[in-house]
Amino acid sequence: MARMQISDYFAHQSRWGGWEYAFWLLWIVLFFVPDSNLVLLTQILIWGLFAMSLDVLLGYRGIPSLGHAAFFGIGAYSAGFLGKYGWTEPISGLLISALITGCAGLGMGRVVRGLHGVALLMVTLGLNMILFDFVQRSTDITGGDDGLQDIVIAPVLGMFRFDMYGKTAYVYVLVVVFIVTLLVRALVNSPFGLTLRGSRESTRRMIMLGAPVDRDVTLAFGVSAAIAGIAGALLAQTTQFVAPEMVAFTRSADVLVMLVIGGTAVLYGGYVGAAVFLVLRDVFAAMNPVYWYFWIGLLLVVIVALFRQGILPKLAEKWTRFREGR
Amino acid sequence: MTSLLTILFNGLAYGLLLFVMAVGLSVTMGMMQFVNLAHISLSMLGGYVMVWAMDAAGVPFLVSLLLAFGACAAFSVLLERLVLRHFYGADDLTQVLLTLGLLFMSIASVAFIWGPAFKPVTVPSWLTGQFSLAGLQLERYRLFLLVAGGLLTLVLVFTLERTRFGAMVRACVDSRRAASGSGINTDGVFALTFALGSGLAGLGGAMSVNLLSLDPNFPLRYLVYVLIVVSVGGMGSITGSLLAACLIGVADVLGKYYLPELGGLFIYLLTVIVMLWRPQGLMGRAA
Amino acid sequence: MADTVLETVDLQMAFGGLKIFERLNFSLRRGERHAVIGPNGAGKSTFVNLVTGVLKPVAGRLMLDGRDITAATPQERVRAGLLRTFQINTLFPGLNPLESMVVALCQRDAVARPSLRATARHTGQIDEGRQLLERFGLLDVALTPTRMLPYGKQRILEVALAFAMRPRVLLLDEPAAGLSTAQGVALFDQLRELAAETTVLFIEHDMNLVFKYADRVSVFAGGQMISQGTPDEVRADPVVTKAYLGN
Repeated sequence: MARMQISDYFAHQSRWGGWEYAFWLLWIVLFFVPDSNLVLLTQILIWGLFAMSLDVLLGYRGIPSLGHAAFFGIGAYSAGFLGKYGWTEPISGLLISALITGCAGLGMGRVVRGLHGVALLMVTLGLNMILFDFVQRSTDITGGDDGLQDIVIAPVLGMFRFDMYGKTAYVYVLVVVFIVTLLVRALVNSPFGLTLRGSRESTRRMIMLGAPVDRDVTLAFGVSAAIAGIAGALLAQTTQFVAPEMVAFTRSADVLVMLVIGGTAVLYGGYVGAAVFLVLRDVFAAMNPVYWYFWIGLLLVVIVALFRQGILPKLAEKWTRFREGR
Repeated sequence: MTSLLTILFNGLAYGLLLFVMAVGLSVTMGMMQFVNLAHISLSMLGGYVMVWAMDAAGVPFLVSLLLAFGACAAFSVLLERLVLRHFYGADDLTQVLLTLGLLFMSIASVAFIWGPAFKPVTVPSWLTGQFSLAGLQLERYRLFLLVAGGLLTLVLVFTLERTRFGAMVRACVDSRRAASGSGINTDGVFALTFALGSGLAGLGGAMSVNLLSLDPNFPLRYLVYVLIVVSVGGMGSITGSLLAACLIGVADVLGKYYLPELGGLFIYLLTVIVMLWRPQGLMGRAA
Repeated sequence: MADTVLETVDLQMAFGGLKIFERLNFSLRRGERHAVIGPNGAGKSTFVNLVTGVLKPVAGRLMLDGRDITAATPQERVRAGLLRTFQINTLFPGLNPLESMVVALCQRDAVARPSLRATARHTGQIDEGRQLLERFGLLDVALTPTRMLPYGKQRILEVALAFAMRPRVLLLDEPAAGLSTAQGVALFDQLRELAAETTVLFIEHDMNLVFKYADRVSVFAGGQMISQGTPDEVRADPVVTKAYLGN
């Protein structure tokens, strides 16, 4: 009955779907599949987390950024510095990196919150380029293009060393990604998440409902940055290496492409997009690196032209229609 | 002192080059609110057309430049009619993503056709080397850029201010609705403006080969500069683009000479500061 | 006697060189239904924008219940009970009416701060939202995205959202715009029934609605208030007739 449906609406929205369980189960299963490329899978998880962090800003709040790699890099370098200068415990290192990056995000949010359109894109891009230039140039601090060396990360929980096969890395990253995704999931299903989506739809109306939209934007930046920082820190910790490439504009563009391909504002779009992007790149890099640019460009054009919402929402739509058609 | 003047000279030459490459984008963005990142791909195409014409067909340098202009203008018409015009109403991000995809495809296509290596260009002897002027040693090619760029600027400004077409362009940038309401064929004006702007991008790209070097990754290297010129100058403003381009050109060269530790940082800092202070650009119209 | 809930004191506004409201002294009585009418460009919407904080006056003061709110942000005015609707529907296209209602109620009750508590757990707001939708006749479309609703329903939602915030003063900018006569009457009837204690100021062009529902009428023309009184008084005022026909 209509009344039941309406009262149940929000509970229904936040309930765990069958495919959600399947998604996480798949990652567990992949660990036990022999000869699975754990390194690539770990990369997918890290990039997926990074893409999800951008989703909070772009998908849920509607603020595009061409410079999100800045936060990824801040997280990576924070974790790298900690590991290099004696703070080798990974979990606390992760939290500290998240905190540092989150603060940077709050600052950035404060700076750009009045901007829209081209100006917003250019400032996010500009700040990214400034950070990249600084990182690349400061060879005595960051090691420049050679990267940050001699990073030492202690075994996770004192027991699990980061091994050559990437097993510890995979499990560590998967657990962190799972926990963070749960937290983001709760956030977007809360009234704050609903407010962000509303502000994305109509900032004017939100103001006229008394919502502190400026403060909310700053907070969205902070949360988004902290998660991106966690992704960066994970990469630094699992590879024990940090390079300026992690702050580069190409990384900002890549993560944006991943998110758009997978689908914005559906939480898992980032993971789907990252998987598609990285697997395709792996396939094409083996054939001819030049082809990669062509096909990813074409994929982007096709997605934008035909499936503007991205792969996941399009699939969800088809699934709903299929079930209703039955 | 001599070095400062030389730097200003070099910076202005670079700036005018950026202006020629970017001005088309500024006007079309101001007129149609269409963010076209693939504009820089047209500059690359112009460079490759020129090099191919000179190497494969023995066409003289200056004629090759004109060929680059024409080829890019023609190609852009095709691109606009087939792909771009379906997205005029779309939001900024959609346009960014679409044209970014096209940019990626252009890189791969060019690498496929002409190979991944840098393409050298042999400019005619009267443009090589240096010459003396008032005790300064200046590069001939940079002088060429300055003169050619300056002439193009004058032609553009004249066209905009004194011709009927220019008046229509200004009307369309000001307010498309009003222009359409007063009987101007805005679609036609836009199509022609887009073609001319793309032709200029190609011409600029061809002119840049000797200075900036050409390979399939050209768009990735210079996209940011073009975007900076357009946003800092103000969308839809030719004078704004000119001002911003010269500013960027001089700042870039100045920065690299006097403050090499800062490097390219200077330009990005300038961009961020201008965008925060005047989001519409130096000569753009406030929203 | 006449208890003033909202007033402007010597309010002045200008757009560049164009002066609007030289010295506007307007007062709204508590509980009344006050219509604001006038030809296009008279400054009616500007007036509402000034009162709600969207625009800043050049000079003058704004008082709500005796409190000076001239410097208050739009959000602060909303929290003080001053709500408005827009002439053009300003809704959340991608959210459905239920979500729109619930987010409004969560903002009203200050429970929308960042937290991990699911919206589903805020049963108070969900129930109230559902009831409000029912009272405004929007229950059957509660889960349809707003952008897919017919214009009439969107307009009602626009008013319903403002009403959900428990306004003390409700400013409606042409609430019946684009609605049929029957729909317009239904909307005003609904408001009369539901918003008995709320002071309502509405801008309207439909004179039938003005005469049916307004206690007092103010007439704006050329950036000034040129007349004020009961509907009959205003109808008979020669200044008003001239303003409508003279220009």
